[in-house]
Amino acid sequence: MSQRELPQHPDFLWTNPDPKKSYDVVIVGGGGHGLATAYNLAKHHGITNVAVLDKGWLAGGNMARNTTIIRSNYLWDESAAIYETSLKLWETMEEDLGYDVFFSQRGVLNLAHTMQDERDSVRRVEANRLNGVDAEWVTPQQVKQLCPIININDDIRYPVMGGTYQPRAGIAKHDWVAWAYARRANEMGVDLIQNCEVTGFVMDGGRVVGVETNRGRINAGKVALAAAGYTSVLADMAGFRVPIQSHPLQALVSELHEIVHPTVVMSNHVHVYVSQAHKGELVMGAGVDAYNGYGQRGSFHVIEHQMAAAVELFPIFARAHLLRTWGGVVDVTLDASPVMGLTPVDQMYVNCGWGTGGFKAVPAAGLAYAHTIANDEPHPLNRAYGLDRFVTGALIDEHGAAAVAH
Amino acid sequence: MMVIPCPFCGPRNETEYSYGGQAHVAYPENPDALTDEEWAQFLFYRDNPRGSYAERWQHSAGCRKWFNAVRNTHTYEITHVYRLDQARPDGLPKAPLATKEVGA
Ligand SMILES: Cc1cc2nc3c(=O)[nH]c(=O)nc-3n(C[C@H](O)[C@H](O)[C@H](O)COP(=O)(O)OP(=O)(O)OC[C@H]3O[C@@H](n4cnc5c(N)ncnc54)[C@H](O)[C@@H]3O)c2cc1C
Ligand SMILES: [Zn+2]
Repeated sequence: MSQRELPQHPDFLWTNPDPKKSYDVVIVGGGGHGLATAYNLAKHHGITNVAVLDKGWLAGGNMARNTTIIRSNYLWDESAAIYETSLKLWETMEEDLGYDVFFSQRGVLNLAHTMQDERDSVRRVEANRLNGVDAEWVTPQQVKQLCPIININDDIRYPVMGGTYQPRAGIAKHDWVAWAYARRANEMGVDLIQNCEVTGFVMDGGRVVGVETNRGRINAGKVALAAAGYTSVLADMAGFRVPIQSHPLQALVSELHEIVHPTVVMSNHVHVYVSQAHKGELVMGAGVDAYNGYGQRGSFHVIEHQMAAAVELFPIFARAHLLRTWGGVVDVTLDASPVMGLTPVDQMYVNCGWGTGGFKAVPAAGLAYAHTIANDEPHPLNRAYGLDRFVTGALIDEHGAAAVAH
Repeated sequence: MMVIPCPFCGPRNETEYSYGGQAHVAYPENPDALTDEEWAQFLFYRDNPRGSYAERWQHSAGCRKWFNAVRNTHTYEITHVYRLDQARPDGLPKAPLATKEVGA
């Protein structure tokens, strides 16, 4: 694997208009999900009188803070359906959007370190195969072949007992993905409005008819929340609750190195995951900080713990330097699955709860959410993900596939 | 790393503690009478404000006692720590789910 040169992009990919008085659809949140939703509304439903509002800059939230892992090897049918649809859309994204996003199908290894890990992993591989998702169980020797720098000796605290491997999984360049969607959506007529914070909703009976912002009132036929970690704050303003807790999630990079890491390695058990970016930085992440937090920063001991795990698995990292750390605000549900569908407020929709793993879902979530907004009913892909599952008890428990992993 | 003042031991590093989520969420007094919606609220919904939040911590590597803290979830500043059997001291509304305080 060699470093790939980044092409130049034009000075401006979208215009920066002032908000109009009214839109058919106002999307709150200009991360990956908001932008992909706007693109799909325009492309598949002919709805172009749309604004995407962001309180900061486009993709300044989790979208350009994530570690970009893309895979579809989740356990349950509902998850396989939406994540595999997404992975297929990643495979054609560069053509669909006419833009480089550096999608690299270098495979993802999920390591097993205990007997229970091994049983769960093999079960997941079988479930994946039944759902047409590429997956295999690999032995420690095969792990070593896929990623030669990994330590498979059995004299470490949690030796590698094998792993699951999804060859079609990989990474992409997250900021470029956001720009690709933004550019296309803008070309089709969507207004992308930055530095525009929604501070309240305008209601008429049980129905939303607009949003209050720091740049004035904007009337809206429909309002779609795509605010990830901030969804509770917005739902609160609209008078309903969402079953999420917002946690800090951190990641970090090293300085640039020769390409030494050919794939993506994740370990739930020792709490680390690693890939190497196109330019050469080692990109690493771990689990969330335990407490609720909107600070876009977490605690350093989480990073220490994750580095200890990384160095044990990859002894050559011992002399790499930590260059930069940062955090996002992730929206975690109790079953580690997202929420997408209608809300108790008429003409208001919610898409949240993707927690630590919603980057990979951007293309399919955009597709399904746009359908939900346009038709006032869920797409088959998100029918199981409505708020009602917390009342019926039909949870979609993806802790095994999602826990630390992304 | 936060420095959290245990009401029993004094200030200690965050690594000595474990987190217990929202405080003042009492077990339903009359579980048989709850509707499915009310069960959903009790099991799956917790407040998630950006700002001050009453939450439980356990000093798990110290005195091992549980206590409550009021912490700002944006700045992470801790303004109050208090015993489980005490009411939230900063006068803010209690969680809507609270019907009764949890005993110490
Ligand atoms: C460190 C880290 C690593 C991760 N790693 C992975 C990974 O490897 N793979 C993966 O699949 N996922 C990963 N994720 C998760 C993924 O990033 C998120 O699930 C996904 O980005 C969330 O959707 P989004 O892009 O729309 O969110 P965001 O980019 O967070 O978009 C939400 C937007 O809403 C805006 N907003 C909030 N409130 C308001 C308001 N009142 N008015 C206007 N705008 C508002 C925010 O400014 C923000 O831009 C990771 C996340 C983090 C933090
Ligand atoms: Zn103590």
